[in-house]
Amino acid sequence: MAMTGVSSEEAAAASQMAARAAGKGAPTATASRWRPLPTWLVSWLQVGPLAAVLLFMFVLPALIFVVVSFFDYDRTGIYPAFMLESYREVFTSQSTLRVYLSSLKFAVIVWAITLFLGFNIAYFLIFHVRSGTIRAVLFILCALPFFTSAIIRTIAWIPFLGRNGAFNQAVMGLGLTQQPLDFLLFSDFAVIVAYVHLYTLLMMGPIANSMSKIDKSLIEAAWDAGASRWQTMANVVIPLAKTGIALGSVLVVTQVMGDFFVVRQMSGGQSASIVSALSIEIQAMQYPPAAANAVVLVIIVALMVACMMRVVDVRKELLK
Amino acid sequence: MAVKPVSSNPIDARPWTYYVLATLFTAYLMFLYGPMIVIYVLSFQGPEGGVTFPMVGWSLEWFRDIARQGQMADIPPAFRRSISLAFLVSLLTVCMSVAGALAFRRQFPGASIVFYVVIASLVMPSLLVGFGIGLGFQFVGLQPSLFTSALGAQLTWTLPFGLLAMFAVVNRFNRAWEEAATDLGATSFQRLRYVTLPILLPGILGVAISAFTLSYDEYARTTLTIGSHNTLPLEIYALISSATSPTLFAIGTLTTLVSLMLIVLALALVWNLNRKRRAGPGAVVDAFEEA
Repeated sequence: MAMTGVSSEEAAAASQMAARAAGKGAPTATASRWRPLPTWLVSWLQVGPLAAVLLFMFVLPALIFVVVSFFDYDRTGIYPAFMLESYREVFTSQSTLRVYLSSLKFAVIVWAITLFLGFNIAYFLIFHVRSGTIRAVLFILCALPFFTSAIIRTIAWIPFLGRNGAFNQAVMGLGLTQQPLDFLLFSDFAVIVAYVHLYTLLMMGPIANSMSKIDKSLIEAAWDAGASRWQTMANVVIPLAKTGIALGSVLVVTQVMGDFFVVRQMSGGQSASIVSALSIEIQAMQYPPAAANAVVLVIIVALMVACMMRVVDVRKELLK
Repeated sequence: MAVKPVSSNPIDARPWTYYVLATLFTAYLMFLYGPMIVIYVLSFQGPEGGVTFPMVGWSLEWFRDIARQGQMADIPPAFRRSISLAFLVSLLTVCMSVAGALAFRRQFPGASIVFYVVIASLVMPSLLVGFGIGLGFQFVGLQPSLFTSALGAQLTWTLPFGLLAMFAVVNRFNRAWEEAATDLGATSFQRLRYVTLPILLPGILGVAISAFTLSYDEYARTTLTIGSHNTLPLEIYALISSATSPTLFAIGTLTTLVSLMLIVLALALVWNLNRKRRAGPGAVVDAFEEA
């Protein structure tokens, strides 16, 4: 609702434009032949295809798994019913709490690391790099891997971190250790490393976007008014970058909570995630319990996102 | 206490934090590229070599292995499927997200709902999107396939991405250009064709190539919606557990090369567009604006 200010201004501008178009556009033949469509209809013609795809491929399928979570099932199929058995199974199973805690643990650790890296790198690129061209090149260097295969980027760590991997060979070559380090691969450590590798850009991008909108003279003003480096950071930069921080946090946390590939591949089967457990149920065609699990996960993720979005009005900030 | 020496004025000298952050940034880039470079190097392993260092000679053996009949025989057709799907996803994403972003410049009834559905679609755990679509197709009795369910599943990922990217592009767009076109008697089609789209073109190109590579590398939403013929990432996914040779790395090198070439091509095009624009008649207008 905080956005009404902006949009009513926009609407005023649009109606002014329309009025002008009606006045001056009259002499041209095409403009006078057609009565202009009402603006709401034009908007819906523009946004309609996108909304339709999301309705049929996202909203309806999401409703379907909510419905299926109440169904009955056996080894051959699923049957319409209204039973809470699947939910009872989810809430009483020993493994549910374990995988949720495990996924939450990864989400918190990865969030903290990507926030630290993303914030500092964004700060470096926006405030320390003076040349616009160099900044663009460095930013592209950070963003390039995001547009390559996540599978390949994940398995790239295997020959790097393995017992005979590049890292161990380097460390032993330098004489830092006699024995190869075993904890590097197929461990929680490896999972976190792969997550940080995959998702830091998701944190850094939105923060850099927020920071680039900060007026540099504000920083100079704080500096001139006698603020220390840390005071400037705490009272000027961080408050003005909090949209980016919130948006980046949402992206990173939801990616980690929804992952099934990295955990399976990098933990060597020692850790499970919510979705990897769920995908095993799907493979076993146990659709109702999988769907109940999915509903619980979606509710928890939605609550987490809602908490993080409370910090800022993301929509207003994105359209600003 | 807060008195600072003149030399620490941020305009003149580099503060110590610059060196700390520059070191952090360099370390991050090494972290980002180090492991990827390791697998590119290992993919040129000699025929006797294994999946770790040391290199036992150099060869293209593992690249030839990809095309060879047998275990890897599915890679070339999977690549073709991935490319054609990515092409279609990219085309649809551009059309729908550009139109959508233009709609969001005005307030319209239901705008908030559409916006929150877009955000939800972006943050929904990917596998669950595919799971829902798979169940939906089963309900209505359709077979999942490349250009139906898989296409739809990928659009739930590329459309939000494309729309948010287009928001950033459209926000920087000066509406005075459009008003000027209307004042000069342009119809709304002419205004779109000759003013709005050309100005937005660099952003549109960016969205097109991003959507292409995101689709080309997508696996989590595709895996339950693809039906019987895999795309390349799913084929790679299936190979991971069984592959004990550097062939997997060779596939990784090739597929990364495809993505990188596309991105570099897009960057070159955008850079060229901007340069032409600065040098061309636009420069006069810019100068006029500045005056």
